[in-house]
Amino acid sequence: MAEVLEKITAVRRISELYAANLAGITEGLPSWVNQARKPAFVAFQRMGIPGFRTENYKYTDLTRLFDNENFRRSFTPDDFEVDLSEVFNCDVPEFDTHLILVVNGWYDDASNKNTQYPEGVIVKSLRKAMVENTDLVEKYYGKLANVQEDPLIAMNTLFAQDGVFIYIPDNLHIEKPLQLINVLRSEDDLYATQRNLIIAGKNSQVKLMFCDHTLVPQQFINNNLTEFEMGEDSVIDIYSIQNQHNKTASLTGLYIHQERGSQLVTSAITLHGGIIRNNLKVLLDGEHASANICGLALSDKNQHVDNYTNIEHIKPNCHSNQLYKNILDDSSTGGFTGRIHVLPHATKTAAYQRNNNVLLTNAAKMNTKPQLVIDNDDVKCSHGATVGRINDEALFYLQARGINEKEARLMLMFAFAHEVLAEVKIEKLRDVIDKLVNKRLRGEVSKCHSCALDCIR
Amino acid sequence: MLVIKDLYAKVEGKDILKGINLTVNAGEVHAIMGPNGSGKSTLANVLAGNTNFEVTHGSITFNGKDIFEMSPDVRAKEGLFLSFQYPVEIPGVSMVNFLKTAVNEHRKYRNEKELSAGDFLKLMREKKAMVQIDSQLTNRSVNEGFSGGEKKKNEIFQMAMLEPTLAILDETDSGLDIDALRIVSNGVNLLKNKNNATILVTHYQRLLDYIVPDFVHVLYEGRIVKSAGKELAFELEEKGYDWIKKELGE
Repeated sequence: MAEVLEKITAVRRISELYAANLAGITEGLPSWVNQARKPAFVAFQRMGIPGFRTENYKYTDLTRLFDNENFRRSFTPDDFEVDLSEVFNCDVPEFDTHLILVVNGWYDDASNKNTQYPEGVIVKSLRKAMVENTDLVEKYYGKLANVQEDPLIAMNTLFAQDGVFIYIPDNLHIEKPLQLINVLRSEDDLYATQRNLIIAGKNSQVKLMFCDHTLVPQQFINNNLTEFEMGEDSVIDIYSIQNQHNKTASLTGLYIHQERGSQLVTSAITLHGGIIRNNLKVLLDGEHASANICGLALSDKNQHVDNYTNIEHIKPNCHSNQLYKNILDDSSTGGFTGRIHVLPHATKTAAYQRNNNVLLTNAAKMNTKPQLVIDNDDVKCSHGATVGRINDEALFYLQARGINEKEARLMLMFAFAHEVLAEVKIEKLRDVIDKLVNKRLRGEVSKCHSCALDCIR
Repeated sequence: MLVIKDLYAKVEGKDILKGINLTVNAGEVHAIMGPNGSGKSTLANVLAGNTNFEVTHGSITFNGKDIFEMSPDVRAKEGLFLSFQYPVEIPGVSMVNFLKTAVNEHRKYRNEKELSAGDFLKLMREKKAMVQIDSQLTNRSVNEGFSGGEKKKNEIFQMAMLEPTLAILDETDSGLDIDALRIVSNGVNLLKNKNNATILVTHYQRLLDYIVPDFVHVLYEGRIVKSAGKELAFELEEKGYDWIKKELGE
């Protein structure tokens, strides 16, 4: 019974926090944004904090996290002087990106104002866009992330104040990747809410990198939600690199809607973080759309990494492919749930899924669950999951050629990870991530408070 | 070079080797023959240090050093090479990276400078020509998708790269067609000199037409029951292993 009481307490505390700060949260935002909080509030009361009893969260119980936090909320932007060039300086040779900085969930106007984008591209604070680009934002805001479906969506919508808005006009191909850097920085423990909306026009092409970082050792919870609208024939790559310290809970949601002929690649590389839950939903809502979805998580100590994917095949002739891999060391735990739903009219669907995991210790634990719902006969679907150890035969083979055991193990782990990394299409980024993963496996990226990409200089 | 004394070994609790004695000197080629299950592969694996095989008694010295004191990688760096009966496929580990690491680990062990990328590629080209391995194969992951014959050729290619003093070829001839057998044997013969030695573990006399042994040993039920010159192989081919059994009075 005690657990039930505590659960009520966390929901009540958060609800009271919301009520007490309502004026500040809603200030300066259009009424349709604030109206959306009402159903979110009701949904949050209904669903509460996700825990073991919530089917979709059975591998990631967030009740303890929320019961034990009473962190400061970032209801207003923190007044930090963040010097991009000083903090990040990702000067990998020829690795050139448009940097977008977000601090504690707030778009950092001061650092971002000098960035030059190709004509027609809009990159700005979401709250500003809600006012200045109402026609674009109102049409998509809260449409893909349904508050009724997930308590974290409800909480995000309840507290959403800012984040990034990106608009890529039709037919524009942006050469330089956009690099969105989310920084958590605070003198006290902090709960940050971030809300992003990205709209890619017809036949547009862009590559995005999401980099999550912590700059100070405080405890953080980050509820970061992105809605992504992909126009017809658009080609989008999204690479996320999670490298936050192990006292951070990173709760992310990426909700993507794909129109006809659009091509998506996502790759989530998790290097560090305390509790990580990545929700990914992709709606294949136009014929010949394709989604290639990957994830690699390297965990140790008491880390927990859970990837939850939900791919909906709505229209015929779409293709989805999922590949997730975890390497778990020490007492770390991991989860993977891969849901594929093929709707009745989505004939000629091809949907594949694979989840391979390596446990390095007896204490490490991995839960994996495919969930295929196929309402159609004319489909090709497959799924496979493995949980294993380093292959002893391969290890002996390498040793028999003079390679010591430690190095041989590293080679095998790296080889296992590399299949995911091979999907990264920005060559320079792939090289950087390759090196990062190699260093991470060697335990050399252990306490990275600064930009992960910076570590390899 | 190699001295095996009264060696006993177990696999999964079952006694396989029951008192092996064998001495191999530099410049010699030894063939170990015997029926299925006689312990040929066990002997090869024990020499290489495979921990699935448990040594219960006896000693092995390699160049005067106790081999049981050495991990498999150290044995390799001391000059011992096992050509695997079933080479493992290792997806994701490129041949180039694998060989470069292996070669440089050997060099470091001998206090030599690591090879530069250019020198390494040069060495690889040279050795590839020697064993006539397809260039494409070395651009792939280790053994991944290789045919049986390609895997065996790859073993000999690795042997050429590492230049061991003692090579143990475990059933290298199995699964090879005549052409591949000739190429593999040719590679082995080219690598042979007065300072190194070879142990051929084989089922059939066929391989010995190409690589001529100085000594032939018959392994039966975990012991060497007969040793002689190369003529023993022909006799075995003619009379079969039943002949040995009869001689032993079974």
